Amino acid sequence: MRNIWIICRKELRSYFVSPIAYLLLTMFAVVFGFFFWNALGIFILMGMEMQMRGQMYPMNLNEEVIRPLLSNASVIGLFFIPMITMRLFAEEKRSGTIELLATSPIRDLEIIIGKWLAAVMLSACMLLFTAVNFAFLFKYGNPDWKPLAIGYLGLLLQAGGLLAIGTFISTLTKNQIIAGAATFGVCLLLWVLEWVGSYETATWAKVLAYMSVVTHFETFAKGVLDIKDAVFYLSVIFLGLFFTARSMESLRWRS
Amino acid sequence: MITVKELTKRYARTVAVDHISFAVQKGQIVGFLGPNGAGKTTTMRMLTCFLPPTAGAATVAGFDVLEQPLEVKKRIGYLPESPPLYPEMETAEYLAFVGRLKGISGSDLNKRVDLVCERCAIADVKTKLLGRLSKGYRQRVGLAQAIIHNPDVLILDEPTAGLDPKQINETRELIRGLAGDHTIILSTHILPEVEQTCEQVIIINKGKLVATDSVHNLQNRARGAETILVELAGRNGDLDRSVAQSRLERISGVSRVQFKSAHGNRNVFEVESQKGFVRGDLARAVVESGWDLNELRPAAMSLEEVFLQLTGTDAGDAVEKGEK
Repeated sequence: MRNIWIICRKELRSYFVSPIAYLLLTMFAVVFGFFFWNALGIFILMGMEMQMRGQMYPMNLNEEVIRPLLSNASVIGLFFIPMITMRLFAEEKRSGTIELLATSPIRDLEIIIGKWLAAVMLSACMLLFTAVNFAFLFKYGNPDWKPLAIGYLGLLLQAGGLLAIGTFISTLTKNQIIAGAATFGVCLLLWVLEWVGSYETATWAKVLAYMSVVTHFETFAKGVLDIKDAVFYLSVIFLGLFFTARSMESLRWRS
Repeated sequence: MITVKELTKRYARTVAVDHISFAVQKGQIVGFLGPNGAGKTTTMRMLTCFLPPTAGAATVAGFDVLEQPLEVKKRIGYLPESPPLYPEMETAEYLAFVGRLKGISGSDLNKRVDLVCERCAIADVKTKLLGRLSKGYRQRVGLAQAIIHNPDVLILDEPTAGLDPKQINETRELIRGLAGDHTIILSTHILPEVEQTCEQVIIINKGKLVATDSVHNLQNRARGAETILVELAGRNGDLDRSVAQSRLERISGVSRVQFKSAHGNRNVFEVESQKGFVRGDLARAVVESGWDLNELRPAAMSLEEVFLQLTGTDAGDAVEKGEK
């Protein structure tokens, strides 16, 4: 436990002494802020139109603003994940510092979890920034906070899963760019896999659509905590970290 | 402190380390000598549990590298070929990080960091970014991280590579200063380094053990037969080679004289002597015969000669000697 924290702290520090963390935080906040602004604009326009038509159909912030925004955040997240994980192992391999870690009295798994945890914490920071936007909704409106909290939990779980995959890919190469590009490709694929389900109903298509990370986010965005979907993300995390451990072990036998 | 038995590392196509066995006693400084690509780094990586051996066994401080790697790692300080530094960290911060990794905590940590900074003469760059340090400082920070947890065994992979002569001397001084408290293995392909810093030498070539002996013994082996190159020139432009050769052979202590080459009037002979210094007699004989003595120099330097002998064609003999 102590060792995990040592590694995690070191990783967090190197995120925050370099421009990486600030760049990611800023970009994510700006992009999400833009989405928020748009979603709110549409919501207000719809409200005015309804008033003009004299319809008093109840409008719901949770349904009209928060839910689509959470889905958007999950997709924007896909683009940021590779930038968080690409350096985790690739950089250590390139500079040779992996030799320091691997010859210290600390288990491989502690190194891996420490690094992954740092990546999760950074993405949690990024998500925290988006909360500023929602805070305005609470100030001027009256949305339900529970679905929002569950949505955030979903975002964090999804990020955790993708970060674990990114961590694994980062162990495969010395080159950060390769690690980043490959992770981005995998993230993108895991997003669009669900499209298969929209025109094909065969079993293989169902399996492919099930593997899409976005499918499982839908329930979270709705504000429903479905154990089935939580388990999906947890198993992605587990699998990603498991492969990372295997990859690190094989590194020793091959190098 | 360290025992290595039949240690072997095989890669897909090559055998990097081939059945190496040796032992290192507590408190010794051992030089691990061999040309580039001999398998020095691979052997060290197996000792530090970075690479698992294909066959054979190695124990450090009584713990097997395969069975109890964590116990071994606790007792080893390792400086890889290029110091494993994080460029974005400051020196003291980096040392504290490594210290924590090695299991030091609390107030001990700061004390150890201060101590190794002083010992490795890096106290003046404590708050500098590692990425901005010069090669010499980087190497010393590397050494400092290796000794931060006061390990029983220090494994240093080419600790003086890439340093300037002054820094090389300082680093050797530092390593010698560390002996006693620590058992040290250092690898190098520079012979004088072994002569100056080590007590024991392990010579490997192409993955095979060539010799293990004390530096003293190896030097004696080398001194036994000294080879000297002599360049002569006749006074009036001509020199009878056979006369010169027989004159040189008559000097006491000379076992063999061989004509090597001639450039115009200048003739080079190779003189082998059995015991110690015959150079004085040699010079006197040449001058007394009325020739000019243009050059007189040892053909090879002590250990270097042994090394070349051992790693060269005579390696077969040497292995037998080494194993005895």
